[in-house]
Amino acid sequence: MKQKWLWGTVAVAAVAAITYAYLNHDGQKSVNINAVGSTALQPMIEAAGEEYQRETPGVFVNVQGGGSGTGLAQVQSGAVDLGNADMFAEEKAGIKAKQLVDHWVAVVGISPIVNKQAGIKNLTSQQLNAIFTKQVTNWQQVGGKNLPIVLVNRVAGSGTRATFERYGLNGSTSADGQEQDSSGTARSIVASTPGAISYVAFSYLDDDVVTVPTLNDVKPLNANVISGAYPIWSYEHVYTKGKPSADVQKFLDYLQSNKIQKTVVPRLGYISIHDMQVQRNVAGQISKVK
Amino acid sequence: MDEIREALTKTSAATKKDRFGRILSMSALALIIFVVISIFWFVASKGLATFFTNKVNFWDFLTGSKWAPGQLDKAGHPYVGAAPMIVGSFLVTLISALIATPFAIGTAVFMTEISPKRGAKILQPVTELLVGIPSVVYGFIGLTVVVPVMRQLFGGSGFGILAGSFVLFVMILPTVTSMTVDTLRAVPKHYRESALALGATRWQMIYKVILRSATPGILTAIVFGMARAFGEALAVQMVVGNAALMPHNLTSPAATLTSVLTQGIGNTVMGSLENNALWSLALILLLMSLVFNLVIRAIGKKGAM
Repeated sequence: MKQKWLWGTVAVAAVAAITYAYLNHDGQKSVNINAVGSTALQPMIEAAGEEYQRETPGVFVNVQGGGSGTGLAQVQSGAVDLGNADMFAEEKAGIKAKQLVDHWVAVVGISPIVNKQAGIKNLTSQQLNAIFTKQVTNWQQVGGKNLPIVLVNRVAGSGTRATFERYGLNGSTSADGQEQDSSGTARSIVASTPGAISYVAFSYLDDDVVTVPTLNDVKPLNANVISGAYPIWSYEHVYTKGKPSADVQKFLDYLQSNKIQKTVVPRLGYISIHDMQVQRNVAGQISKVK
Repeated sequence: MDEIREALTKTSAATKKDRFGRILSMSALALIIFVVISIFWFVASKGLATFFTNKVNFWDFLTGSKWAPGQLDKAGHPYVGAAPMIVGSFLVTLISALIATPFAIGTAVFMTEISPKRGAKILQPVTELLVGIPSVVYGFIGLTVVVPVMRQLFGGSGFGILAGSFVLFVMILPTVTSMTVDTLRAVPKHYRESALALGATRWQMIYKVILRSATPGILTAIVFGMARAFGEALAVQMVVGNAALMPHNLTSPAATLTSVLTQGIGNTVMGSLENNALWSLALILLLMSLVFNLVIRAIGKKGAM
């Protein structure tokens, strides 16, 4: 008897839960905005999405990672509303960029990081290129200590790697070496492996565990990205398929609003698009913002 | 009279319950078969697209040693050589199984033959505890402890097949141990009694009788552990170095099928060559786990006599 009673309760509870969910779904007429893509951009969209939900009841912003490629592919196929990417859609093979509309929501700077034992303070662009194409294999050759260079790349196809190769290595492809798919792991590997070099977004820079060399004597600082003095940076893109619906447009406006750009964006280590004094197009040409 | 006849020919409550139970279990079975078939169909259709849609030579795929699906060589063919990953996967699997086997057999013998009481009280929960630790924790310990030790001992960066094997050895140890314990426990008691009665020492009894008669079971346990090691992704990915290069020694960075797969899948576009090539790797993994299963069955059959 006791068991029957138990099963009965479970069954009733399950039916009640499903009915409730169904009725709720029907009655609320809620708006769901789904965003998928770049893990580098994920924290910002999540934080902004939470605030947006609080301000506009009935709107739900669902954010998932998965990588820039996934974001672009999913938004192109129409499966999600927003596709987050670290790169221009034109740079990704297999994406019909003409169908997508680009929205810039932030800028992120990328800097090389070097293991402390290498004894490096500054690298020139030529040196950086030589290191990552394996023309130089010992830190001695670029003014450091006698220590072999260990390359720690990001995964092929990742937005950070694409940006670094394009603007840090002047378009050269990095030589084969270790690959890691997250900024955190890349940093801890560089910190613990003698002679290692990798590259991470500014928000992952930490002078205590790794050396952050200047590039052509320019410090990797937000201010230098803003003024155009520091070259390795990229836009954080949010793509929509065609013109977005009114609800999605509102959220995009919110992402680009002063409120988010002044609070969430700097807090999470990105650079606000409003601050930028230079702009860059798909071809990589830099021009002044009027 | 009619009432009695009716009562006798009517389906009884027990039969109804019986039928209900059969329908329930049959539909569960059908669902599982459907899921398995659709997984195979999905992975195969995606994985074979590399060869049929993108016209990659199957032999080049298996034996090529450069993996960069986004780039083209001089002849215009993409670099999709999976050999480094296949070799890497097999090496970490074999080496971890080689290290794990003596430890697992030793622990199991201690738990069943030498000190069953203490074994049940202390070792059993300890080995079971190892199963519950998430693989990312193993990976992190590997990254902060195993890799630096490897670097100290063998030089280089410390990342490589040896570090991966070490992490995997700890991860498969509980699986192999608990399965070996089960087989040793299943050896009939009269085997032990007869051996001792014939004048064998305890060591002779363990070595010549119990381990011998449990060999098929132990082999199954090892293959099971290897199947686990072959499919493990996260922990290995953190310590193996993920360089899709032919491993020229055990402490140079290498890659496994799973590590390339997990890192790459988020950065490729569905339907592109890069994506299809990754699915081909997944197909190899799926076929390999099928092979492991068949091997386990074959060993089990042989053991059953």
